[in-house]
Amino acid sequence: MNWRRFWAVFVCRNREFLRDRSTLTWNLLFPVSLIAGFAFAFSGSGLDLYKVGVLGNTNHWQGSAFFSTRYIHFIPVTDRSIALSKVERHQLDMLIDPTGRRYWINDEAPKGYVLEQMLRGVDATTTPIFSKQTVSGRGIRYVDWVMPGVLAMNMMFGCLFGVGYVIVRYRKNGMLKRLKATPLTPLEFLAAQVTSRLWLTLATTIVVFAGTDQFIVFPMHGSYLDLFVVFATGAISLISLGLIVAARTTSEELAAGLLNLLSWPMTFLSGVWFSLEGVHPFLQQCAQLVPLTHIIDAARAIMMDGAGLGDISGHLLALMVMSLGFMAAGAWLFRWE
Amino acid sequence: MTALLETCRLVKHFHGVQAVDGIDLAIPPGCCFGLLGPNGAGKTTTVEMLEGIQKPTSGTVRYRGEPLGPRFRQDIGIMFQSTALQDHVTGRENLWMFGNFYPRALPVAELVETCALGEFLDRDTRKLSGGQRQRLLLAIALVNDPELLFLDEPTTGLDPQARRNFWELIHRIKARGKTVLLTTHYMEEAYHLCDEIAIMDHGRIIAQGTPRALLAAHFDDVVLQLPLADFPNPIPLSSHTVIQGRDTVEILTRDVNTAIEELLARNISLARLQIRPRTLEDLFLELTGRELRS
Repeated sequence: MNWRRFWAVFVCRNREFLRDRSTLTWNLLFPVSLIAGFAFAFSGSGLDLYKVGVLGNTNHWQGSAFFSTRYIHFIPVTDRSIALSKVERHQLDMLIDPTGRRYWINDEAPKGYVLEQMLRGVDATTTPIFSKQTVSGRGIRYVDWVMPGVLAMNMMFGCLFGVGYVIVRYRKNGMLKRLKATPLTPLEFLAAQVTSRLWLTLATTIVVFAGTDQFIVFPMHGSYLDLFVVFATGAISLISLGLIVAARTTSEELAAGLLNLLSWPMTFLSGVWFSLEGVHPFLQQCAQLVPLTHIIDAARAIMMDGAGLGDISGHLLALMVMSLGFMAAGAWLFRWE
Repeated sequence: MTALLETCRLVKHFHGVQAVDGIDLAIPPGCCFGLLGPNGAGKTTTVEMLEGIQKPTSGTVRYRGEPLGPRFRQDIGIMFQSTALQDHVTGRENLWMFGNFYPRALPVAELVETCALGEFLDRDTRKLSGGQRQRLLLAIALVNDPELLFLDEPTTGLDPQARRNFWELIHRIKARGKTVLLTTHYMEEAYHLCDEIAIMDHGRIIAQGTPRALLAAHFDDVVLQLPLADFPNPIPLSSHTVIQGRDTVEILTRDVNTAIEELLARNISLARLQIRPRTLEDLFLELTGRELRS
């Protein structure tokens, strides 16, 4: 390893990224706007989880506790046939006619079934079997829960495309062929690309985190250093995964397809937007095979539960093993042309 | 004289196609060697094997009598026909990066002077004209003060001024005793720059020598050229070859006086007659044919 050659590639790659204003702006603005959007969307009375169409005069709604239930959006409707077609198409979960004391649901809609049970249960006069207990402590907002996922997802796109796509572009436009004709070795070139992307990713993640925290104020029960370790280890594993795609691909279109093939299932399986509790156990096991899951679970554990490095050592170990495996495969497969 | 770079029975197969078929070359130090050939002749594959970019299927390439190794990488400079440079990086920064790849690099000021980069050295490489870009790529190829310089169609796409300017740069490099291997489609360029040329076709070298020696060996005639409009009925002239082009008629003759007498006898105006010696382009077409290659 010749550190002078490594440094030359590293510096020029940094210059290329930092001077590309549009890419830099996008890397910073995208996650900030996403988090801000979630904060705004979920800052009111909360997300209406169910949509119920109500036929007729709103005065007839009075007197039923069902109409005071939170998280149900009651939508006045006048045309029964149109409303029924919306129930059929899952645009409404239930249609209710308070005057006629009737309701309609789609038998294929799980939400309709739940609403039906609520409608019958809320108005029941029997003594409750269960007594209500309250969870103590500060509640976790949805934006608090989703933020580590958004940061990790942004990191994933930056790492995969920032390394995978860029190297393929270099190969396609002849840059790699030119570098091959110099004493620069593949190890020096790849190490410079990985290191450059790593620090740029971590720097943008810190800026995004600090920037959004100013106006959203995330809970942080653990250590910032531990969170940094998680993101750094995660970024290395994602960059290494990008190297595999970049190793031999010569077409930018194919590279984009492969990177999307990796990133979108990973986004779904890692639980960025919703918990995978209750999904098929096979999918839950698959989720353990992708780095994003470990990054998000470890970051959430640190931020929300105050977990230390010992508590998340399983996630860190998984990320390190993946990094080594991906890096070895990427280096082994790599060709200049 | 010991060859700086030599090949022995160099062969390259690609999926059943024999791109290069047993090439033997010996390039002496300080020589400007031109490799010419029509599209698909195998010259790019040959040059890439000489550069160490591609591995031969069989045969050897030796630099200073040794197989290509780390020293070869440090001693050569390459200017590919089309090389992308990093976006958002200036010419000076590119020179800095490539200079750091080598144990010894020429001072930037020297490269700037040699390749006339002064006016655009600190400009983003995306904003360079074709000629400026080629000069920068030449400077990058020279950054390690190479003993052997590969120039792959360096003036393709340049306007005549930029091309002449580039020739001047190559003359300066030659004057410093550097060895140059040049591929080009411009025969005039090869004639002006090269001390020795090899013409390739179908993966083999079909002619090799100095341009003058090759012309002398293949031709003992001159070309009389007339506009086609002045030559309405191209009747074959006795003992002369007549080639009718789209706009001109060329008469190949060893005896100019007789040919002119025959033209006058047929009342053909000689007002626009041009007489020229045979050129490398004539030789190239004679050896490789006139049909269009893909």
